[in-house]
Order: sequence, then structure tokens, then C-alpha cells
Amino acid sequence: MKYLALIYGDPAAEPQYGTDEFGAMMAGYEAASATYASEGAFVAGEALQGVETATSVRIRGDKVTISDGPFAETKEHLGGFYLLECDDLDTAIRYAKLIPSAKYGTVEVRPVMTFDGE
Amino acid sequence: MRQDRGRLVATLAATFNDFTLAEDALQDALSIALEKWGNGRVPENPTAWLYQVAKRRALDVVRRSKNLNSKIPDIQIVMDEREQSEEYEVGDHRLRLMYTCCHPALDPEVQIALTLYTVGGLRISEIAKAFLVKTRTMAARITRAKHKIQKAGIPFALPDEAERTERLVVILQVIYLIYNEGHAATEGQNQLRLDLCEEALFLAHMVLELSPNEPEVMGLIALIQFSHARRAARSGAQKQYLPMAEHDRALWDHEMIRDAHNLLTKAMQQARIGPYQVQAAIHGLHCDTEAGEAPDWPQISGLYSVLLRLEDSPVVRLNYAVAVSFAQSPEIALGIIAPVAAELEFYQPYYVALADISRRAGQMNNAITAYDRAIEFSGVTGEKEFLLEQRQRCYVS
Repeated sequence: MKYLALIYGDPAAEPQYGTDEFGAMMAGYEAASATYASEGAFVAGEALQGVETATSVRIRGDKVTISDGPFAETKEHLGGFYLLECDDLDTAIRYAKLIPSAKYGTVEVRPVMTFDGE
Repeated sequence: MRQDRGRLVATLAATFNDFTLAEDALQDALSIALEKWGNGRVPENPTAWLYQVAKRRALDVVRRSKNLNSKIPDIQIVMDEREQSEEYEVGDHRLRLMYTCCHPALDPEVQIALTLYTVGGLRISEIAKAFLVKTRTMAARITRAKHKIQKAGIPFALPDEAERTERLVVILQVIYLIYNEGHAATEGQNQLRLDLCEEALFLAHMVLELSPNEPEVMGLIALIQFSHARRAARSGAQKQYLPMAEHDRALWDHEMIRDAHNLLTKAMQQARIGPYQVQAAIHGLHCDTEAGEAPDWPQISGLYSVLLRLEDSPVVRLNYAVAVSFAQSPEIALGIIAPVAAELEFYQPYYVALADISRRAGQMNNAITAYDRAIEFSGVTGEKEFLLEQRQRCYVS
């Protein structure tokens, strides 16, 4: 099964660039990615630009609305993701625990839907 | 049969490594059974029959699924092995089933409900009653949980030791609830449903095998044993309910009481106290009381105050008040209950206790009102008659 680990966090609550803690966090990400790769779980994974760069698109009827800002105004936003191939939820949770941002924010784990005939 | 449900689901889930498939297959088998057995043609071994039919259903589903080529060979091997060993009686699958249902990715309340349903084999209406919700609501919750297990890929597996320790609190709670359901038999005519009580003891022993150094597991087993040892003495010759003071001690299972004392001592030696050990100690004191003698109420109320510090709930407070009503006075006890009265509004034993304490405090009108509620909420015949008798005493004195 594929699982998407959505990494949510409040940038203000996370270590700031240039601090030792920030270095440790980045090292944690490298270690996590290396583990995923060596165990054959890594499918994809990216970090996103800050939420201030977000643009939202909505279509209602024929009307397209483009607006500045994210889908929901919350303190914690989506900052990145991993797409991982796992046997089951327990494996996905084990991998999610390796994501350093779990210490500051929340990692949401969601199975990817599969369609018959795929 | 209902108790076998847990065994069947567990074994099927172990065979196919798929909880949802097992549940669905058994559900199908049960509907077929309803049709076939309706005209009195129940097979000699209904459990084995159900197992065979459910297994065939599950296999059909797997065959039809897209994983045809990858899964069939191992399943065939596994099934051939099971065929030879009649494995549907083996218990450790039930343990796996219990840990699956208590997976932290499920909502804590539904973990318990789902375990009571799958492992305990309780009816949804019984579980709904225990959680004070409508049957329909509970049915929806259980369906949602089963969905999540399947869709989120919650594995049918025993977690590692660290994770087992994390889930232990819920596991013990579920086992105790299964026991209590058997003991109180919410829906049945009889006070006791031995099948559920025995099942709870069995499951608890299996958890102990898995975690032999957990004092709370020992505490829970001792607690259940102390209570279960008195089962035969709880109702009189006419099936009427008997309070403990009137129990015929010869009917108590003294060997089980001895086992419970030994296990509790072993648990206490670890000096890691917990709510089950304290409750077991309380029950142990009750078991040490001779017929016609009063239990050691001062020590019991002391233990309840320890329990209150570990776990402050309205029900614990109520039990504490009952002990205080004997150790000190009924009036002090009424003062302890008053603040949590609203939270116990739907809890039948609350009215039983309130009635008795009020009567002993000489507040007959309050006692009669409380007896009325207790009788109204009592689902058990023997107890109703006992309460009616008690209520009558309010007029005599």
C-alpha cells in the first residue's frame, strides 16, 4: 500500500534557520529519507514553499475564483510530504515517527486510494 | 455460539491475514446458517460448520480479487496446515484480534466497543447500553471502525513489546468490561453469563503470558478471580439475588480465591501500584469475610481513597461512599455522593446504593424514591425482587 505522510506545522514553532536545532532537524530529515530509500519505501517526498506563496483556485458554476492564501487559515499548515510504500499502517506510523516535524507539528498519515483494474 | 464468534473471527483473520475479510465472511456464514438452521437442522458442531462455510466464502473473495496470483499459494499452504490442526480453537489469534481492535489509530471509545463486539461476541444492543448510546449510533461507530481498519491498512498483528505496553490500558479495560458484562448480564434473565466471565479470564491469562511482569495484568486477573469465585453463591435456591453477607461460603470457589491472593501478592511485590491491584485488594478483603460478619470497612474505605487518587471517577466515588457509610456513617457517605449524583443519573447501581444508604440514614422518602429508580432500571429478575423486598422495609421501620 502507498501512504501519504502530510507534514503539518506552525513555522513559528519550528527551529529557526541557522540555529543548532535547525541543523539537527535537517539532519533528521536526511536520516529519514535515507531510511525510506534503503528500505525500498521511498516513492516521493518534497518540502513546500511557505504558505504565503499559496494560491487557491475554486470553480463555482462557471465562475473561477483565484485567491491569495491557503485552503484554510490555520496556524499549522502543510509544509511537505512523503509518499511511502508500506506493508501496513504500523509500518507507515513507524516511518512517520522518523519525520522531525512530528516533534513540532503533526504528521497526518493517509492511505492512497487504489482503484480496481490499476 | 456467541462466544465462539471471537474465536472464529480471530482464526479466519489469522488465516487470511485480513480482519475485514474475516468479519465479512463470518457475517455471510451466519446469514446462511440462519436460513439453513431455521427448520431445526442445526449441525452437530455449529462452530466448525460456520468456520468451514466462512472460510470458503473468504477464499472465494480472495480468488475473485485482483491479487489472485500473489496471495493464493500462501493461503492454500496456511489453510492446509490449519486443516490438520483444527486450529480454530487456538487462542492466541484472539489476542491478535484484540490488539488489532485496540489499535491507537482507532478512536479510543470505539476500540473498546469493537473489541467487545468481535472478541467478546456481545450484541451491538448490549454494547450500546454499556456506552449509554442508541443501538443505531453504536452500529454506525462499529461499521466506521471496521472501515478504517480495512482502508487504513491496520494490520492483524501482535505489536512489539513497547507498543503492547502502550495498548495495555485499553486491553485491560476491555477484558474487565467483558467480565462485567458477563457478571451483570445487562440483557439476560440470569445474573451471570458464565461464557463471558470465562472468556475474560482466559483472555487476561493470555495477556499475562505475553507480558508476565505486568503487575496490573496480575491485578486484573486477581480482581476477576475474587469476584468470579463467588458466582455460585450470588443467587439463592429460587434464583433470587443474595447480598454478600448472606452468601453460603461453602459455595465459594476457595481454590480460585487462593490463586487470586497469591497472584495479588506477587503483583504487589513489584511495588508498582495501579487501579486493578487496589480493586483486587478490596475484593480480597470481602472474600476474607466470614458469613454474618462485617467486612473490614475501615480498610476497604482506605483502599477506595487510594483508588480515588489513581482514578477519580463518579463510579469509584460511589463505591468509596458505600464503604464510608459503613466505616463512618451513612450521613457522611451521602455528602460524598451528592456532588457526582448528576453524572450517575443513568447508572443503576447508583440508585441501589443511594437507596440503601438513605434507608440506613433514616431518610425513608429518599430511599423509597431511589428504590423505585433502581427497580425501574434493573434488567435482572432476581435483583428486582430483592430490591422490592428492601423497599418494603422502609415502611416497616
